[in-house]
Amino acid sequence: MLGFQPDDEQQLIRDTVAEFAREQLRPLAHDADESGLCPPSVVRQAWDLGLVQSTIPEAYGGVGAESSAVTGSLICEELAWGDLALALHILSPQLVTCPVIMLGTPEQKAQILSCYAGPHFTAGTAAVMEPRFDFDLNALTTTAERHHGAFVLNGTKCFVPLAAAATHLLVYARGDKGIAAFLLPQDTPGLSIGEREKNMGLKAVATYELRLDHCRVPASSQLQGDIQPVLNRSRVALSALAVGVARAAYEYAREYAKERTAFGTAIAQKQAIAFMLAEMATEIDAARLLVWEAAWKIDTGGDATREACLAKNYAANMVLTVTDNAVQTLGGHGYIRDHPVELWLRNGRGFATFEGLAII
Amino acid sequence: MIDFSLSPAVEKNRALLHAVADGTMRPISREYDEREHEKPTEWLNMMWEASKDMVSFGEGKQKKGADRKAEATERHPSERTIRSAVLIEELSWGDVGLYLSIPHPALGGAAVAAAGTPEQKERFLSRFRDGEPKWGAMAITEPGCGSDSAALTTTAVRDGDQWVINGTKIFCTSGLMAAEKSEGFVVVWATLDKSAGRAGIKAFVVNHHTPGMTVAKVEDKMGIRASDTAMLVFEDCRIPLDNILGQAEVKQSTAGFKGVMATFDATRPLVAASAIGVARAAVDYVRETLAAEGISIRYTTPPTKLTTLERDFMEMEANLQAARLLTWRAAWMLDQGIQNNLEASMAKAKAGSMVTQVTQKAVELLGPLGYSRKILLEKWMRDAKISDIYEGTQQINLLIIARRILGYSSQELN
Ligand SMILES: Cc1cc2nc3c(=O)[nH]c(=O)nc-3n(C[C@H](O)[C@H](O)[C@H](O)COP(=O)(O)OP(=O)(O)OC[C@H]3O[C@@H](n4cnc5c(N)ncnc54)[C@H](O)[C@@H]3O)c2cc1C
Repeated sequence: MLGFQPDDEQQLIRDTVAEFAREQLRPLAHDADESGLCPPSVVRQAWDLGLVQSTIPEAYGGVGAESSAVTGSLICEELAWGDLALALHILSPQLVTCPVIMLGTPEQKAQILSCYAGPHFTAGTAAVMEPRFDFDLNALTTTAERHHGAFVLNGTKCFVPLAAAATHLLVYARGDKGIAAFLLPQDTPGLSIGEREKNMGLKAVATYELRLDHCRVPASSQLQGDIQPVLNRSRVALSALAVGVARAAYEYAREYAKERTAFGTAIAQKQAIAFMLAEMATEIDAARLLVWEAAWKIDTGGDATREACLAKNYAANMVLTVTDNAVQTLGGHGYIRDHPVELWLRNGRGFATFEGLAII
Repeated sequence: MIDFSLSPAVEKNRALLHAVADGTMRPISREYDEREHEKPTEWLNMMWEASKDMVSFGEGKQKKGADRKAEATERHPSERTIRSAVLIEELSWGDVGLYLSIPHPALGGAAVAAAGTPEQKERFLSRFRDGEPKWGAMAITEPGCGSDSAALTTTAVRDGDQWVINGTKIFCTSGLMAAEKSEGFVVVWATLDKSAGRAGIKAFVVNHHTPGMTVAKVEDKMGIRASDTAMLVFEDCRIPLDNILGQAEVKQSTAGFKGVMATFDATRPLVAASAIGVARAAVDYVRETLAAEGISIRYTTPPTKLTTLERDFMEMEANLQAARLLTWRAAWMLDQGIQNNLEASMAKAKAGSMVTQVTQKAVELLGPLGYSRKILLEKWMRDAKISDIYEGTQQINLLIIARRILGYSSQELN
């Protein structure tokens, strides 16, 4: 039956993560963006929250909590509200663990999951995007060809978070039956990690270009089964992150508009500003509900492909409009890096581009 | 719980109403768009008969004065509003003009249900349980004021054991049917004391055929032509003292006015639901037309590689669903007894702009077909626009949202 309230456990998780985002992430966001560094201390603290370990089955050293996509989207929104770049860093191990939990063979699970269930943060990553203007997950240019019972991978990837530090890289390639994903250890011959990328936003999370040159991997490294559910979860996670970024920008703009005066009143008392804020609030709620519905569809076992795509497109448009309006609300001050709204606009711009940067 | 499934009972009602919409409304939809000011009497009688033993598809009909608050504290939270929203979506998918013309207490009934005493509820609402078809209506808008309802000039003056009402009301939905063509009633907003501003404004129930109340005009409209929109003139119109809803004294507070305005927290999600029905009609039609041409929507393809048609269509679908979820949330909150003023206006604002955009886009996407009166799409576009105007225009709902999120009074933001 219809319901719009997180249950008690979800609310507890949400509150905990929100507090962490408010107390730990937000205060670091500006300097992390300027320096391009994600402070190890915050990564450690985030790890202690157990967001990653909790979803790993007990048999592999985790807590074995149910990994609900709805709960995941609550977590993503709160973390991204704190800071998107730090959130992506913190969540990066899930790029490996989540698909392995969903699709991995017992051997793969045994081999991989325990690496991410320990007391310390272990970087893991996925290589999804490719440096092409017409990048399309359905038409990857990175290929996986069968060769004597193994696979040979060729291609170039970009936007691979924490690639240099990752223990495992999940590489998406075009196989003979559509999209396939392969688990590669860091030291796989033929795999080379390029220089750290320089992007418009997300500066605090290290991303890399990656080359696969006749990279030979055993057949046992391939994730079996349908990849689509993994992609759906990834789209839902990205959408939830977008909602978090948008909410951060909206709240900041709202408070600013009540303080700032022009022509004798608070600018928030002018309809042009007030209506913009009203629309921002409405669109954020609208996007969140689409995200929750897609997540709920995943949790209840339905095919959420359509819902996840619609939610992702909607959220990507929404976050761009909302963060842009937040900058507009602050006027010239919004353009100055002392205020965080321009950072949110730079970060928010990415969502229309991102694929596979986060999974819950 | 976060859950997006409707209960089996609501799903069952929905299927039933969908069959009604598809089987009985669509076939006469065009006819009563063209024959404006005529009524599909047979169909109205059928809906009246059916609704007497069917679940209520709108406000208050079968509730016999049951109190919303009492209901909300029941162990099983009510599904009343969410069910109404779902059923209204189906009927509006069939034809929103016909839906609005169904014999029903409607907005007038909602006002009685929200502000009336148990005795008043029985006196005014019990008539909807049997006999001939009846209509209820609400008259707030005047030639000189619409959005700014606090500026209304219709007066009510006490004379012994009666109120005497004078003034002109316009754009009253089902005003003709409620005032002159059935044994219904009109809830009229009038001021007891103009100098008291909002505090002086009260709602009065004027029974059908009360001398002094005349229907002066029935409007010709862009859309929803099956629904009559009437101008009502009140000239020394006398009604019993106990036909006032709420307190008669003018307190120096706006509590009374706010009380009546609270009706809209209940009705806005339902107006939004009706907008969603119209939008869904258009989206369904476009989807079917494209499918018949062998065009499928490639959801997983990146937006930059889609055709404009696919992009537009996906945007329509997402917007429709976004508005529906905002609407369901506002309705659900009401059923849970949670204050939903903000969320009701969000739903109404989003649904109003969504249905306007979605139906206009649908007409555009289907080219010459879309513009032709051979199919219903152009009608849906005309029908849609009213959703962004009545029950608070787009701008008025944005104002309400803005005041809520900013913590401003109506003096601070207007
Ligand atoms: C078919 C139909 C059925 C109707 N049914 C009913 C009914 O049953 N009962 C009833 O009482 N009324 C009914 N109405 C009236 C309807 O509710 C009003 O038309 C509506 O509230 C707008 O009022 P108005 O037309 O006077 O426009 P105005 O109030 O004059 O507004 C004109 C424009 O100015 C904008 N505006 C006004 N104030 C502000 C502000 N403060 N800030 C920014 N913008 C503002 C409005 O959004 C609008 O765009 C109906 C109308 C129609 C067309």
